[in-house]
Order: sequence, then structure tokens, then C-alpha cells
Amino acid sequence: MHMKTLKFLLVGMYFGVLIVKSEALSWFRIQEMFRLQSFHMFGIFGSAILVGSLTVYLIRRHSLKTAGGEAITLARKPLKPTAQVIGGVLFGFGWVLTGLCVAPVFALLGTGYVAALPILAGALLGVYTYAWSESYLPH
Amino acid sequence: MKAFDILYDPWPWYLAGPLMGAAIPLLLFFGNKMLGASSSLKHMCALGNSKLPDFQYDVRSGYWNILFVAGVCLGATVCFHFFYEVDQVAIALSTKNDLMKLGVSDFQGLLPVEIFGDTHFLELRTWIFTLGGGFLIGFGVRYAGGCTSGHGFMGLSQMSRASFIAILSFFAGGMFFTYVLLPYLIVL
Repeated sequence: MHMKTLKFLLVGMYFGVLIVKSEALSWFRIQEMFRLQSFHMFGIFGSAILVGSLTVYLIRRHSLKTAGGEAITLARKPLKPTAQVIGGVLFGFGWVLTGLCVAPVFALLGTGYVAALPILAGALLGVYTYAWSESYLPH
Repeated sequence: MKAFDILYDPWPWYLAGPLMGAAIPLLLFFGNKMLGASSSLKHMCALGNSKLPDFQYDVRSGYWNILFVAGVCLGATVCFHFFYEVDQVAIALSTKNDLMKLGVSDFQGLLPVEIFGDTHFLELRTWIFTLGGGFLIGFGVRYAGGCTSGHGFMGLSQMSRASFIAILSFFAGGMFFTYVLLPYLIVL
């Protein structure tokens, strides 16, 4: 595989290792998080966002380039409050039921729990259904 | 007392969190890509069906994200089988008590086998939690325009207003479901 594509697989592997080591793919941990009974998941979000914010700040402040010398593009996601609220709440429901968000679905698939298969199938079905019904939904 | 074994134990948030955050500069500096996982699902659908308007784009632009989640799967495989020796996830006692009140009795492994175990595949409850839960993940992330990685990690690092709204909604929905709806579904 070409290095240009291999690097994304490598960063993905790095992230997958951390999802297991942080236990962010555990249904039990997600229950603990939504019941506000531990700082663990909030500590992960907070410290990760701190590293991310510092990165974004330095890139903007010093117009940093990629390793290959390209300008870094930092597009903000478009503001669509109705979609972000309704979609966000529905995703929150799914997060509780499965104990997973998207990256942990793929991590759980790797651990060998068979339940990851119908979860992934459901997620793809959900994406397909959204694409099919998009024009009828409030945005 | 057993010393903290970095190789086989789970990691505390102050180790795992900053390292997860470091995926942001890694992807930006080496790939000029913004961290995210949910668009991979859209690209997978687009590979299979190109008729719907939402799937009318050059899927090649999304290959990197499919490779990224394939890597997540691969990294988790190696880590879980060789560098994770845990019988029970060390959740708070209060959580364990709350879940026992809801009827969960088996705390072995990453998730309750009573709901997700492969011997329960004839039960309606298992399909609601897996296929139904998965459906809500997929539908919800596309509707909201991102997941915990894209909106949570990347979007909040950019102080994006869209991401603040999305994350608040993730947690509002999740807490409502946990306290109000889950008790009814878990007894099915």
C-alpha cells in the first residue's frame, strides 16, 4: 500500500488502541458517563479537546503547513441548529442503547464481540434511511 | 498492591485523553484531514448505491476515512487481544448498583452479555439494542452532521457553534434515554 493511504490506516490503528485502552467502547462506561457517576469519560473529552484546541490555535496563529508543505484547511462544520438538535438527540439514544459512538463501533468489531455486526448493519441502514428521507426532514 | 501495569491495564483519562487528542495534529500535519469517523459510514453506503442525491459525489475523496476506521478496527483487535487483561470494567459502584436494579447481573467483559451475548440472538431486546441502536447512531450522526470524534473532538477544538449544539444534544438525548426510556426497554 502507498504511504499516502497507509498513514490513515496507521493513525486509525493508533486511535483504535486508545479506544480499547480508555474503555470508551464499553457499554458499562457509557452508562457511568450518562449517569454522571465518574469523571473518566469527561476527563478524556476534556483533555483530548485541550490538545486539539492547542493544535488549532497554533495552526491559525502561525499559519502552520502540513509535513508536505501544504496549507492546512480547517473548515468549520455548517450551523444547522434544527438538524444538529434532532439528529444529536437521536444519536444520543443510539449511544445509550449500544454503548458506542461511531469509531467505537469499528473498535468493538475488532474485539470479536458478535453484537458489533448487527450494530454496524443498523448504522449503515440508518445512514441509508437518512439519505433517502433527507428532503422530507426539517433542517 | 499491584503496580499500575501500563501494558495490560486500561489507561486513566489523563493518559488516554491527551493521546486521543493527538490524533488531531497527526491527521492535520500528515494528511491535511480533520478527525472524524461518521462520514466513513456515508462513504460505505455511497460505494453500494449511487442513485440517491446524498451519495452523488466522488467517493474517492472519502477513502481516507474508510481506511481510518479500518485502522481503528485493526488497532482495537491487536490491543484487545494482547494488551488488555481485564475481567470487569472498573465502573463506579453507584453505576453498578443502578444497573443491578435494572436487572443487569453479569458485569464480565465490555458489555452486558445478557443483552449483547451471541446466545441471545433470538430475543427482541437484543435486536432493539443492536440493530435498533445502530440505526439511531447512523441516522442521528448523518442528520447532526458528525459524531463524537468529528463534532466532539474536532469541532469543539475549533470552537464551532454547530458542534456545541450537537454535543449538548448528544448528552441531552443520552441522559433522557438513560433515565426515562432505558428502564422500560431493558426489562423487555
